[in-house]
Amino acid sequence: MIALATSTLSVAAYSILPYVALSIGIGGLIWRRKTDRFGWTARSTELLENKVLRFASVLFHLGVLAAIGGHVLGILIPQSFTEAVGLSDEAYHVLAVVGGITAGAAVVIGFAALMYRRIKFPRVRVTTTRMDVVTFVVLGVAIASGMLATLINIPDSVHYRESVAPYFRQIFVLNPDPELMEGVNWIFQFHVTFVWFLYALWPFSRLIHAFTVPVGYPLRSPIVYRPRKAGRPQTGKFGGGSPDYSPSIPAVTKATPEGSGGPDQGS
Amino acid sequence: MKVRAQMGMVMNLDKCIGCHTCSVTCKNVWTNRRGTEYVWFNNVETKPGRGYPVDYEDQAKWKGGWELDRRGKLKLKAGGPLRKLASIFYNPDLPELDAYYDPWTYDYDKLISSPASDQQPVARPKSQVTGDSLDLNWGPNWEDDLAGSAEHAVHDPNFRNIQEEVRQGFEETFMVYLPRICEHCVNPACVASCPSGAMYKREEDGIVLVDQEACRSWRFCVSGCPYKKVYFNWNTGKAEKCNFCFPRIEAGMPTVCSETCVGRLRHLGVVLIDTDRVEAAASVADDKDLLDAQLDLMLDPDDPEVREQALRDGIPADWLDAASNSPVYAMAKKWRIALPLHPEYRTLPMVWYVPPLSPIESVGAELIRDGGDEENIFAAIDQMRIPIGYLASILAAGDPEPVRLSLERLVAMRRYMRDVNLGNEVRPSIATEAGMEPHELEEMFRMVAIGDYDDRYVIPRRHGEVSPDAFTAQGSCGIDFANGAPVPGVGAMTGVDAPDPYGGALASASSGEVTERGALAQEAPDPEFDIRDLLVKRHPAETAGEGDHA
Ligand code: SF4
Ligand code: SF4
Ligand code: SF4
Repeated sequence: MIALATSTLSVAAYSILPYVALSIGIGGLIWRRKTDRFGWTARSTELLENKVLRFASVLFHLGVLAAIGGHVLGILIPQSFTEAVGLSDEAYHVLAVVGGITAGAAVVIGFAALMYRRIKFPRVRVTTTRMDVVTFVVLGVAIASGMLATLINIPDSVHYRESVAPYFRQIFVLNPDPELMEGVNWIFQFHVTFVWFLYALWPFSRLIHAFTVPVGYPLRSPIVYRPRKAGRPQTGKFGGGSPDYSPSIPAVTKATPEGSGGPDQGS
Repeated sequence: MKVRAQMGMVMNLDKCIGCHTCSVTCKNVWTNRRGTEYVWFNNVETKPGRGYPVDYEDQAKWKGGWELDRRGKLKLKAGGPLRKLASIFYNPDLPELDAYYDPWTYDYDKLISSPASDQQPVARPKSQVTGDSLDLNWGPNWEDDLAGSAEHAVHDPNFRNIQEEVRQGFEETFMVYLPRICEHCVNPACVASCPSGAMYKREEDGIVLVDQEACRSWRFCVSGCPYKKVYFNWNTGKAEKCNFCFPRIEAGMPTVCSETCVGRLRHLGVVLIDTDRVEAAASVADDKDLLDAQLDLMLDPDDPEVREQALRDGIPADWLDAASNSPVYAMAKKWRIALPLHPEYRTLPMVWYVPPLSPIESVGAELIRDGGDEENIFAAIDQMRIPIGYLASILAAGDPEPVRLSLERLVAMRRYMRDVNLGNEVRPSIATEAGMEPHELEEMFRMVAIGDYDDRYVIPRRHGEVSPDAFTAQGSCGIDFANGAPVPGVGAMTGVDAPDPYGGALASASSGEVTERGALAQEAPDPEFDIRDLLVKRHPAETAGEGDHA
């Protein structure tokens, strides 16, 4: 799979796999939201161990956020744009490598520390499920290949902004062009292909918590009131359901500090 | 004015014998599941002591509750939403499991399966989380009845606020049992701390719950609650808390902890709260004014204006009647004998406590016993073995006056009723000296001393027309997930079923067993047997019209 020789394989990996993975990923998200909101959680283990977590989790998550930001910039912003705003190719490359290595190092160190913690502390270990192990392996390979790709590209030999980046933009406009990927360095090929598995896995793993950033929190009234109304219509699949804990249409009103009043928060 | 009904509880500490029945029955109903082994929605602490979790009252350390910022505005002590979102990857104020305790069971099997040997087999303590052997050095009620008080109780944060003399008088030991549940606060810091909006107060009765499907494991509610009464289920990764036994409350039944209380010291009732003024009440500048501010929020249910507004705000008429007979309103506001726990946390807690009387150390002893009427009867109250200052730092933000008033009235009640019961000449002056009317003392006596079931629990039923799904909710235990009840498969995706190394020590059903259990539940019970007969003392008239209970 490293040097994708036949164009059939290349079409499968670069034209079909992305859409399969995205369909599974997006479909899975919808399915989870419809059927298993209870399992939709970050499943924090801070209660069980907090000393290693303190730096490892922060390092890892901030590193990941920076890395995602870097990917988005690198892929979505065309070379012509950065050139037009006066950022030379060389300057861009220095920025990308320095930023990439910093973020990557944070992710690698954070991830390693989190894995160490998970193995080392029995309390954390018992909360680890089989799906977690799969997730960690896939995530680990994605991180390692991404880091390696960044390091290999220090001499600016890959020119991914002329190949990988347009390839991704083509995917998003539903017009994939496998040829763009064919001449690229093998580790880039591997990384690009492999992460689709991560996306497909996403909604079925603990990573799903990334889709619940509580951005509305600062805007919400501090005290939330909900009426005890009928729950979501019973599907019948699981029998009773739990209307008491999950009023699905929370008509949320505020009581304090702004006094009581109308609904101010959707769900 | 915006009127809302709020369920509340009063616990009469004078009667608590520290038997932990309440804790055990609550645990058996709500937290005997994997992930909640260490969780006690109801716990009983010996005070002075460090409490559960350890030193939870030390807000300098845990940053629970609210405080006023420099401009006098109410804010969460641990910081507002932006601050929380910034620390979402690591909550600096979350207690670790060891601050509660590492839950354990014993390796009982060893006792019967060991081969013959010269030594007795020993059942070693094993962690219920990991299954590993433990060296026990802290646990639930480790300091029960002042055990190890020289080591532990001296750290009681409540000593910090009172004068040196009390601290030194510690050799003359005293103690109080303090049963604690969630306060179902009117201004709950846990709710305000939840980034997901998963925690909420119910509009109908103010009960504070966690929406299990909306909780995302951010755990700020746990640290935000100054009483540490939200717990983190490490198996499901969700917050759980005392739910005021709402399925029972809705049926007009008292909570499990109240119903089973051996001292019969818990009172349940509805109060009417003016929610328009909640922020103002929680924001008064001086901690010592918080009690009055909170009492001021509790509206007089007999005031026609309040009734009218309450009806307009959708409170059913029978709830208003219940509010008129509410033991909580009577004890907290009318008679002012019940006080809130740590009002200085500014959450406006709704579980109130009648402070305990204790033997008088010197002069006053015979005054009370002999029903004496000397002027210095009230001075004697300051001589009680449990220092007023200590009670005040727990129940009145350090202000001794409300505690003194409460104790004075409890003493006056005893003195007055002594005459009544012995057929002596009744002295109304005893009542007026304590700022009450004689008939009020008699009512108080009925509530506090006799405490008939129907006086202690005035719980209006839920209105079926408001929540039409009562039928489907039948048989749901409120925690319909993981291994709580018969919903096999839910939560299975993230595999929230961590293996239990000592399954069965506490009932912890795997999904297989759940099905079995569900099947068991299907077996037709004895038609004659109705568990409610055991649970509720009903009026004869009601029992006669039995057919209504479907
Ligand atoms: S006592 Fe209960 S309602 Fe009050 S802040 Fe704590 S958990 Fe919330
Ligand atoms: S009200 Fe119910 S859930 Fe809360 S402490 Fe009492 S028994 Fe437990
Ligand atoms: S059951 Fe009642 S008397 Fe016993 S510890 Fe609990 S509150 Fe106290």
